[in-house]
Amino acid sequence: MRYLLGRLGFYLIAAWIAVTMNFFLPRLMPGDPASALFARFRGRLGPEAMDALRETFGLTDAPLLSQYVTYLKHVLQGDLGISVAYFPSPVTDVIASGLVWTIFLAGSAVLISFTIGTLLGVASAWWRRSWLDSWLPPILVFLGAFPYFWLAMVVLYLLGFVRGWFPLGHAYGDDLTPGFTWIFVSDVIRHAALPIGTVVLCTLGGWLLSMRNTMISVLGSDYVNLARAKGLPAGRVIFRYAARNALLPNVTGFGMALGFVLGGSLLTEIVFSYPGQGYLFVQAVRNQDYPLMQGVFLIITLSVLAANWLVDMLYLWLDPRTRSAES
Amino acid sequence: MTSPARSSSTLRSWWNAIRQEPKAAVGAAILLGFVAVALFGPLLASDPKALVGVPLQPPSGTHWLGTNGQGQDVFAQLLVGTGASLAVGFGVGIVVVLLGALIGVTAGYFGGKVDAVLSMLFNVFLVIPGLPLAIVIAAYLPSGPLTLALVLVVTGWAWNARVIRAQTLSQRKRDFVAAAVVAGESHFRIITREILPTMTSLLLAQVIGSTVYAIGAQVGLEFLGLGDVSAVTWGTILYWAQNDSALLTGAWWTFAPAGLAVALVGFALTLLNSGFDEVTNPRLQQERAWTAHLRRRGVAVERSTPVVRES
Repeated sequence: MRYLLGRLGFYLIAAWIAVTMNFFLPRLMPGDPASALFARFRGRLGPEAMDALRETFGLTDAPLLSQYVTYLKHVLQGDLGISVAYFPSPVTDVIASGLVWTIFLAGSAVLISFTIGTLLGVASAWWRRSWLDSWLPPILVFLGAFPYFWLAMVVLYLLGFVRGWFPLGHAYGDDLTPGFTWIFVSDVIRHAALPIGTVVLCTLGGWLLSMRNTMISVLGSDYVNLARAKGLPAGRVIFRYAARNALLPNVTGFGMALGFVLGGSLLTEIVFSYPGQGYLFVQAVRNQDYPLMQGVFLIITLSVLAANWLVDMLYLWLDPRTRSAES
Repeated sequence: MTSPARSSSTLRSWWNAIRQEPKAAVGAAILLGFVAVALFGPLLASDPKALVGVPLQPPSGTHWLGTNGQGQDVFAQLLVGTGASLAVGFGVGIVVVLLGALIGVTAGYFGGKVDAVLSMLFNVFLVIPGLPLAIVIAAYLPSGPLTLALVLVVTGWAWNARVIRAQTLSQRKRDFVAAAVVAGESHFRIITREILPTMTSLLLAQVIGSTVYAIGAQVGLEFLGLGDVSAVTWGTILYWAQNDSALLTGAWWTFAPAGLAVALVGFALTLLNSGFDEVTNPRLQQERAWTAHLRRRGVAVERSTPVVRES
């Protein structure tokens, strides 16, 4: 429990640093984005509304410290301000519309990649020097040398444009209404296949290699030799004895991978015009919609921190050594 | 063990790696080719911004890689863009490693509160997603190569610092460091003359790794439109390709070459690094010697522990 609380404290500090950066960055930068922002609002709002808005952003003439306190208070209340581009929607509403798609995309991509990559790593360690072991890792490492978004563009060009097997963008067809109907769900899957597939392709190699390397060293240990000598079936030796222990480093990597894919989903969503967080984020940057941009950054960061904390808990449950170290 | 002798031996082992390992040689050759293009490309190419013909023409004899959505020559842009992309990549790669080494060594060497604060700092930077942070910072700064370099350094140093800290912690306990402390050498001298020289090969490997990261991340940021979109670099070529809907019009020649160039540079650097590793890493060397030993005797290579040592 103390371990978990310690980790929680670390993530809280990380969250506080992210929020603080979010507050100070626009104020330290040249060109005063705050006044640029209000210039965009001018004419659309009356003077009282403007004052109220300044109050919300904490952009008053008050000293920096009290602005900072106001800002923190608003963030804690879940008030991230008003979007410029989607005026007058609050930033939180705009983000909520994209968050579902990003979580769906990044979440399933990481889960699929983790599962397939880990299993391939197990297979490649068990049948060492087979064709699988000598061909697959180098190919995946080679694919990893390409910039992810470029690979995604090539796949979209070949399978989407040339072959026409997959749609060229968006989360679902324009002619469909969202709902839990078979037509809608299958259309969503068809639209998500390429974005998820390209992320999986690019991240598979990491899971495979780390699982393969740990697995090889675990397979050489005495208790695995004993299990083999007892004549246990191969499947039991592989999964119940070796893979269980070899899995730990991959679980540690899981939190980081989630952050990587959530952050990288900006590129995925831009290439596939997928209406998630990343797409909103980049549109916000291009439109100089600073409140929305900062809101998305905050949400992405907080979800990554939360995911990491969950992985820490999972790790505690999986590895008895971390539990006994406390008592 | 003084630093000049140490670093020249590192350089020599790099040279040996290039001579002995075909991997390293191929990597070095590709890299040299790109550096040559970066230096002489702008002299050979026509003006990359000149409007030379009809937009989105496929590759032909006059325009080897066709024209882009504005009617500019893609091949000329690729040649001219090489310099800027490589310069930012290598520059950031070096600065990131220097910064990481400085912070990592300080944390590992002094320990205690200094370590606690610095470790906390790089752990926070490791856990905050890098790309979104880079974008938020870049959005507020005037766009250009300096901004790109700055955000890439801010988001890239933490991993190196963590590795160097761990390495320093293990070196700190060694006898030669204790001897230097007893001899009354200053902290600065112990760090720069005793501890850092033991890590030269690690630092060089980190420079290569960080350069691969920097080139990829730089192209990614420019692709999103956060670079100077009026400059000619590999990333802005891709930005304009996406902006001019190259995909929807089937103009593969506007985006394929730049991505291949990025991949080729990354691939060359990775080859160089792993070839070097194979020559200097004693464990890999042993395993290779053992496999060769078994092959010579006509024994099938199975899972086994290497016990021969050939020097």
